[in-house]
Amino acid sequence: MAEAARPRSIFDKIWDRHVVIARENGPSLLYIDRNIIHEGSFHAFNDLRTRGLKPRRPEQMFGVPDHYAPTHGRRPEDAPTEEIARMIRVFDDNMRWGEVPHFSLQDRRQGIVHIIGPEQGITLPGLTIVCSDSHTSTQGALGAIAFGIGQSESALVMATQTLWQVKPKTLRITVTGRRAPGVEAKDVILTIIRTIGAGGASGYAVEYAGPVIQGLSVEERLTVCNMSIEAGARSGMVAPDDTTLSYLHGRPYAPKDAAWDAAVAYWRTLPSDDGAPFDREIEIDGSAVAPTVTWGTSPEDALAISDRVPDPADIPDAQKRGTAERALAYMGLTPGTPLSEIAIDRVFIGSCTNGRIQDLRAAAAVLKGRKSAVPGMVVPGSGLVKEAAEAEGLDRIFKDAGLEWRDAGCSMCSAINGDVVGPQERCASTSNRNFVGRQGPGARTHLMSPAMAAAAAVTGRLTDVRRLVGG
Amino acid sequence: MQPFISLTGIAAPIQGRNIDTDQILPARFLKADRARGYGQFFFHDARFEADGREKPDFVLNREPFRHATIVVADENFGCGSSREGAVYALHDFGVRAVIAPSFGDIFYNNCLKNGVVPVQLERAVVTGLLDRLRAEDRPEMTVDLENLRIGRPDGAQHAFALDPFWRECLLQGVDEIQLTLGSLDRIEAFERQYRADMNWLGEPPAAAR
Ligand code: SF4
Repeated sequence: MAEAARPRSIFDKIWDRHVVIARENGPSLLYIDRNIIHEGSFHAFNDLRTRGLKPRRPEQMFGVPDHYAPTHGRRPEDAPTEEIARMIRVFDDNMRWGEVPHFSLQDRRQGIVHIIGPEQGITLPGLTIVCSDSHTSTQGALGAIAFGIGQSESALVMATQTLWQVKPKTLRITVTGRRAPGVEAKDVILTIIRTIGAGGASGYAVEYAGPVIQGLSVEERLTVCNMSIEAGARSGMVAPDDTTLSYLHGRPYAPKDAAWDAAVAYWRTLPSDDGAPFDREIEIDGSAVAPTVTWGTSPEDALAISDRVPDPADIPDAQKRGTAERALAYMGLTPGTPLSEIAIDRVFIGSCTNGRIQDLRAAAAVLKGRKSAVPGMVVPGSGLVKEAAEAEGLDRIFKDAGLEWRDAGCSMCSAINGDVVGPQERCASTSNRNFVGRQGPGARTHLMSPAMAAAAAVTGRLTDVRRLVGG
Repeated sequence: MQPFISLTGIAAPIQGRNIDTDQILPARFLKADRARGYGQFFFHDARFEADGREKPDFVLNREPFRHATIVVADENFGCGSSREGAVYALHDFGVRAVIAPSFGDIFYNNCLKNGVVPVQLERAVVTGLLDRLRAEDRPEMTVDLENLRIGRPDGAQHAFALDPFWRECLLQGVDEIQLTLGSLDRIEAFERQYRADMNWLGEPPAAAR
């Protein structure tokens, strides 16, 4: 029958499989496999309590404290203020009250939600995964529909295991060619965002494809999908392939034995069919991607490190010109300055974008035997990443360079655990948002890859990493 | 949720593209208890100096905009973090409708859940509105959800679109959890079939409980 033969994208396959109530127009009721929880979810728990409800299927939830986690010490009282400590205690209370499986701060497996999901095999291909955090898009790297939701939506999922969602349009971003040496996944996604804009994928579910994406490790795919939201897309995904399967096999929460075989058989059916329709297609020349940094206050304000700070006077649209002028004023930058002459005050290596072991290896490779010219911290994305890094001796490299080696958490990415960039301080950061005030009131953030952040640490200014390690 | 039918009030123009939810509600206020209200945190760092003094230049500190019930903004308003607190802040400040050429998707959904109407209009129209609002002494507007129109005191009107399901929810102030619990039997039937088809999922692991 024509119906069965109709080619579909991976997004459509997973979506169709999860529709509980279909409506001709507008939102459908979508079944949710996993709801992941962090400290910020307290509003949703309060909502349930007020209604006299409890999580309907707590076994399909998973909780971990990360945003407020202190990074030197593993007890709530290690937090710099009582208010922050309270957030972690309230989280623990909510987990117990809701009987939600979780890792506590003391658990060696604790870490950033979007890092531990894949690391533990909680995130699996073919699933629908939500979390009240916009970077849930990260987890689509394993071939799942994963997206951020608000607190009201989270309460609805807890109460019903479903969500009313308007089906997004689909956008395939094909990255062609070959990545040049010294170019990391972060450079690829920053280039994509610069090309399509911070709202360029609003209303779309993105599938990343093409030889450059296929050639990425799962960890690098996680970096790419992580920043889908910075292009406006709620979800980004990469179809599962052998790389995905070998990453997942043997992970603690992944299916085992016969269940694994059955899962693999299903996952093999997921990749987009030849001729599957997409509402929009974009091609990016992966060979042309260079090490990239941001200069402004939106992730779309990204340029190759060899470039200069742009001049707003060149922008004809008055609204856009005003936005660029305000960004430069906030960032304290003068048009025309070579990006590689911008001096930094500190570095931050970590976050759900770049806090995995491969990221720490990339930073350590640059820092090995060198000193950091500025203060900074390295914050592993999970306790297990920390252990792995220490087993490889990466912690020594960071400490010998003069950087702080911390415990796992979100830390300076959103600066709500007390790890803050000071007013007007300039930070080379591997996180995902250079927003006004994101790393602290008045803080100036430049986004870049771990290797580029390490290079900036060594020279004290934004630097093309290829000059330090040879391209 | 408070029903929304139609609203006429002061509309404040917010400058800049890609205004993210970190600006609408800085992250350090996310710990706050909603019962005490989030209005004071709305655009906090743009409104206040570090010592708490008002920044006189910021639009929401100027008359009549400090009484705004409508906000007009540029592209990609509310992008970034999923924090629903950004909508709590906007709502508790007194704003019940936001007009922009485009929105962050999660912010848009969060508006719908809090009785705030997101109005999407063409960029040229919004740019015109922003210019007029800055120039006028009575920057009033009407957002009419029933008729899906916005209007200005000079009689100019623009139609907008909103999904009929969400429009109905907003008009009636429907509680979505209540509404969905009404379909629990269908959810359970779905779930039984789904678990049978996807038996590799097994019972979800509870090892960490
Ligand atoms: S690391 Fe940053 S972006 Fe990621 S979840 Fe934590 S605060 Fe959000």
